[in-house]
Amino acid sequence: MASPEKRRVNRRQFLISAGATCAMAQLSLPSLIRNTQAAEMLPEAEIYPYPALYYDKQPNKRIKCTLCPRGCQVDDQERGYCGVRENRGGEYFTLVYGRPCTMHVDPVEKKPLFHFLPGTDIFSLATVGCNVNCKFCQNWQISQIRPEQEKSYDAPPEKIIELTQENGVKAIAHTYTEPVVFYEYVKAIGLAAHKEKIKNVLISNGYIQEKPLLELLPHLDAVKIDLKAFTEKFYQELVVAELKPVLETLKRLIKAGMWTEIVYLVIPTQNDNEVELKEMSRWIFGELGPDVPLHFTRFHPEYMLKTLPPTPVPTLDRAREIAQQAGLHFVYIGNVPGNAAEHTFCPSCGKVVIRRQGFQVIFENFNQGKCRSCGYRIPGIWA
Amino acid sequence: MDRRQFFRTTAVAAGALALSRDLEAITPVLPRVSMVKDPGVISNGKVNAALIGAHLDRLLALQHDVVDPLEVFRQRFSPKDRVGIKVNCLSGRRMSTHVELVDALVQRLIKVGVPPQNILIWDRLNTDLRQAGFKLQPLEKPVACAGCDTLGYEKELTLHRSIGSLLALAVTRYCTALINVPVLKDHGIVGVTLGMKNFFGAIHNPNKYHLDHGDPYVADLYSHPDIGSKVRLTIVDALEAQCEGGPPFQPNWCQDLGGLLTSDDPVACDRIGWAKIEELRQKKGLPSLKEAEREPTYIHTAALLGLGSDDIKTIEVREA
Repeated sequence: MASPEKRRVNRRQFLISAGATCAMAQLSLPSLIRNTQAAEMLPEAEIYPYPALYYDKQPNKRIKCTLCPRGCQVDDQERGYCGVRENRGGEYFTLVYGRPCTMHVDPVEKKPLFHFLPGTDIFSLATVGCNVNCKFCQNWQISQIRPEQEKSYDAPPEKIIELTQENGVKAIAHTYTEPVVFYEYVKAIGLAAHKEKIKNVLISNGYIQEKPLLELLPHLDAVKIDLKAFTEKFYQELVVAELKPVLETLKRLIKAGMWTEIVYLVIPTQNDNEVELKEMSRWIFGELGPDVPLHFTRFHPEYMLKTLPPTPVPTLDRAREIAQQAGLHFVYIGNVPGNAAEHTFCPSCGKVVIRRQGFQVIFENFNQGKCRSCGYRIPGIWA
Repeated sequence: MDRRQFFRTTAVAAGALALSRDLEAITPVLPRVSMVKDPGVISNGKVNAALIGAHLDRLLALQHDVVDPLEVFRQRFSPKDRVGIKVNCLSGRRMSTHVELVDALVQRLIKVGVPPQNILIWDRLNTDLRQAGFKLQPLEKPVACAGCDTLGYEKELTLHRSIGSLLALAVTRYCTALINVPVLKDHGIVGVTLGMKNFFGAIHNPNKYHLDHGDPYVADLYSHPDIGSKVRLTIVDALEAQCEGGPPFQPNWCQDLGGLLTSDDPVACDRIGWAKIEELRQKKGLPSLKEAEREPTYIHTAALLGLGSDDIKTIEVREA
């Protein structure tokens, strides 16, 4: 396994590899995923219940889940909307605790997190399940299924820590599907990780209730939220959820001092309206501040939205311009290899401080969290 | 008859036949639902296996005006068919499709020539089937019995109206004909779970479709060609009925009814089943499902989709 420092390169190496990466990117998006030789693979059609947190008991053995804003009322033997939490005789269980269906070592930029240990790798895992149903989901084959429909690993939290250390990485990301639905596992991994000085990161849709969120924060070091649009209509029709709770989550994260980045997948004709983008940018500036990185990423037709085209790059450029005009300091464009908007620019002097090409990173005018040219402090977690 | 006369006669006959088919298609057929009740068929949840076959025959004779109920099977199933019997086994031994009823259906299929190797009893999960008392059998055995967790799902997503799911191979690849054998019971979210709702067991993600009381999802799924169009017989197991607290078994809301329902109109069948549940609720002093804010509106949506009739005034109900 490569050293986590390997993707931090000098300028010469960067320029050489950038050319190659660019050429590769024309053919297909580069994949730097390295499969982990991991834990024992468990068979499909087996499920392993573990007591769930956050639910209220109701008459007739019914329960009300209080983990996410959906608030599923679940009868005995039934499951919540997520498909991974089950009522058994009036007690609620998660069926995915310690049962990831996928584990990889990824560049942290792939999450994407640009202000969190750039140039390093992150141990990334997911269980099946999701508490929303985005019509454009890129990972629906694992997010929209139930535990018995996919093989899983037997990987209790201590195994995850062991694998993380074996791979020489310093952080763990709960990603690919929706970690809110494997909340208990995320929390337990965070607890174990912090004892070993390993960071714990949540890549989430932010659709979580206040209490579980606040009780999870001490076990996290950074969060990336997918803000999928800025209208309730979009959330209702294409996400099957609500926007308001996601905005509340974002405010709570910032208030708690959690390092937070936002991704906005720009989908042609669905959430690329300039008025919406302006309103969202203004809201982020006003409620979260100018330093929250915002990534506009390119849509590729997937799942139930296969008839729409990929996002035109000029649309992404325009979205970035709107966000910058609203006062946001760090606005990126993603899924467009070679685009200059992948770099981090100093908001004060305008110079490139961190240059990115695909998953290659060069610290150009950057020293200990500051712009080397003007000394401006670049917000983020750098070590 | 010369060649010219022959062609003229043939053309007239063909035209008449086409016309008669058209007339048949536009002649409104009143939806009919039949129900037989015999409290002696069941006692404390135990089905009298010796009586259940005759009870089923009585139901089919009542519904179809036939002397020999086997005729119903003969007309609907051929020896070439692979018949899937969709049961509902979520709620254990008591509030699931009864094994004895399914055995009676299997016997009748075999009698009309469907090879036992071509019969599959199926539901969502092996565990559910086992807990309801069914004996699991692999596909290569006569009268197979298996859950979709082992039978599998399509790999390609099916997008049909509001549904985006992987369909069970049982409906897409295995079965050429289906017998739907749901249970008459209350459902805490969608109101009632009867015939159309039973096919939530044929998709990989039923948890995504309980929103808005299952409306329009239940109707949309049933309208899929691999589902509704393949159902050749619906028998609602109302041997026991539950009017509150479903879908799990709740002894305090469950009663031996000894009933069976059938209809060729899936919407009418669900509508009358719903009415029966309302009757039971009223007797127990429970509010109507509308008052309980879980009216099964998907039944009306199914009617609007043209899957059948939910107009209770026009549904002919036969009871015996």
